[in-house]
Amino acid sequence: MHPFVVRVRSDISRLADDICLMYADFPVLDPGEFADFHVEVSFERGIRRWLKPLARFYFDGRPSFIPLPAQQAFPMLEWGINWCVAAHSHNFLIIHAAVIERDGKAIILPAPPGSGKSTLCAALINRGWRLLSDELALYDMAENLVYGMARPVNLKNASIKIVSAFAPDVIMTPAVPDTTKGTVALMRPPQASVFRIAEPAEPAMIVLPNYQHGADPLLELHGKAQTFMLIADQSFNYNVHGRAGFDAVGELVERCRCVRFTYSCLEHAEQVFDGLLDGSCHA
Amino acid sequence: MQNKCLMACLMVRVMPEADLIVQALLDPGRTSSLGYQQWDLLIRQGRRANLLGKLAGCLAENDLMESIPDAPHRHLISALKMANRQGLAIRWEVSRIAKAMSLFGIDLILLKGAAYVLAELPCSSGRTFSDVDILVPKARIVDAENALRIHGWQSGHHDEYDQRYYRQWMHEIPPMMHVRRGTTIDVHHAILPETARIKVNTAALFKNVLPLKGFNNVFVLEPIDMVLHSATHLFHEGELDNGLRDLFDLDSMLRNFSHNEGFWAGLLPRASELGLERPLFYAIRFTSTLLSTPIPENLLHELSKAGPSFWVSHLMTACYKRALRPNHSSSSPRWTWLARKILYIRSHWMKMPMGLLVRHLAHKALISRRAETLEIAAERERDA
Repeated sequence: MHPFVVRVRSDISRLADDICLMYADFPVLDPGEFADFHVEVSFERGIRRWLKPLARFYFDGRPSFIPLPAQQAFPMLEWGINWCVAAHSHNFLIIHAAVIERDGKAIILPAPPGSGKSTLCAALINRGWRLLSDELALYDMAENLVYGMARPVNLKNASIKIVSAFAPDVIMTPAVPDTTKGTVALMRPPQASVFRIAEPAEPAMIVLPNYQHGADPLLELHGKAQTFMLIADQSFNYNVHGRAGFDAVGELVERCRCVRFTYSCLEHAEQVFDGLLDGSCHA
Repeated sequence: MQNKCLMACLMVRVMPEADLIVQALLDPGRTSSLGYQQWDLLIRQGRRANLLGKLAGCLAENDLMESIPDAPHRHLISALKMANRQGLAIRWEVSRIAKAMSLFGIDLILLKGAAYVLAELPCSSGRTFSDVDILVPKARIVDAENALRIHGWQSGHHDEYDQRYYRQWMHEIPPMMHVRRGTTIDVHHAILPETARIKVNTAALFKNVLPLKGFNNVFVLEPIDMVLHSATHLFHEGELDNGLRDLFDLDSMLRNFSHNEGFWAGLLPRASELGLERPLFYAIRFTSTLLSTPIPENLLHELSKAGPSFWVSHLMTACYKRALRPNHSSSSPRWTWLARKILYIRSHWMKMPMGLLVRHLAHKALISRRAETLEIAAERERDA
């Protein structure tokens, strides 16, 4: 998962199946290579192992987070890797956002959870857009380029069925019910996106998705100052960068068109996004 | 003569094949010959020991950053950014604390990490920390607490037992957290608990403090006292996750202050005056044996009298040479867990007389049992 290498250890065989399914197109490295993060998801010991097995995430041998039911092992691995990246990669400004790209131009979809960014992202990457990330945008402040890791897309609750209906060919993990985020399933990233994983993209737009049941698609300009505050708020390490972070977010917002996009139907959304970068769709 | 031989023989036995992180910090040039697998291990050990920022700072000072392969380079840059940010944040935090205290006319002494940063000591380069430790005269502790409360710090420990534990027996009030910044401050009135086996001459400690530039009510300990406090803290600590980092602090201070006139000659007499010969003994023993810190021969000789008895000395050496390593699977040989356990129990034994210790541990055991029962009861209620 460029630019990072993760080394996973586990005694949960189902986790290996999920990893093979979701990361099928990713390269497997030699054990002698440098790994950025050594992680482990393993069964908790004790009598519960045979009744209601729990699994725990370890970061390089140190237990992190509370143990969760073993069937949540793969979502837990994904969340754990997100945390590893967000907490240890301050060479980037890390924004909680989905990123998609077409013709070298990236659209950043920042949003608090529940605004439908993952659903929108999952739909669009099945219609010609390249996936950079559905969760973490890695912004290189010196080059003004954004990197993603093209990792599996995290879908929740109703989105799982909506995306399956919208793109019947997608490959998903079995749905895992009763997580802290509700029912969760992960979607395999498109092969074409994985093959171009090392290619960054130039941010061109910041689009705030806003799902509203029954709403007609609507694009509205979003103030640069408000967008600045949103990006700063949705960055994991804005405060670590201090002045440089302030300047970088300013630069990013300055370079991008900032809009808010209200929608209720993925087909309509697809049409609107098709016209976004060539300028035929205006706010 | 016999002592010297013993020391030499111990030194040989203590020096194991040093961990990669220790080798890299002592001889940064060595990193240029490391392969990917070794870099992988070095970054992990550094991260676990909270020494990654220091390693990055050390490599940068030696102009070695450019030659490092991309993958580990990124982690070093990340750690350095974090450390620099904390350095900035700690200055701001100290300025807020100083302001709060000045309204009550309280002078305060910065301890440990915050002191190293504000005094711009080499050991602060790349160092990270989780809270600010300050020392105020015992007579002003109530005022200090009020001053902090007025300015937004709150105590998190509401439990009656915890309050009494801190206020009656410990050398600090319960840690306070700032409601908006989330920063933590530990306010001490002595450097060891009142109940500790070693009786520290705290009054003498307040006499030689140095004013900090830019403030009129903030001070740091003078170099000798800073070393003695750092040693006292490390060798009374029960949880040694940061033990190796603290040992490197001592190493750096000893190397740095050795240029000060009268530093070496004043160290042992001052330790005797304050009642801190034993911590100094351990500090010198383990910096010199584990980190090759240069120590004058005559000090080594004089200090040999300040050590514990033969068997205790062996036991402590066996424990500390295992515990003062990164708490990482790659540097935890057999018996490391036992060494850590023994030092944990020792730290409590050093801080409290036996009766109090039994009472304290019994209370903790009962309370956690009671909390568990309450939790189960609450769960049942929810289910019903």
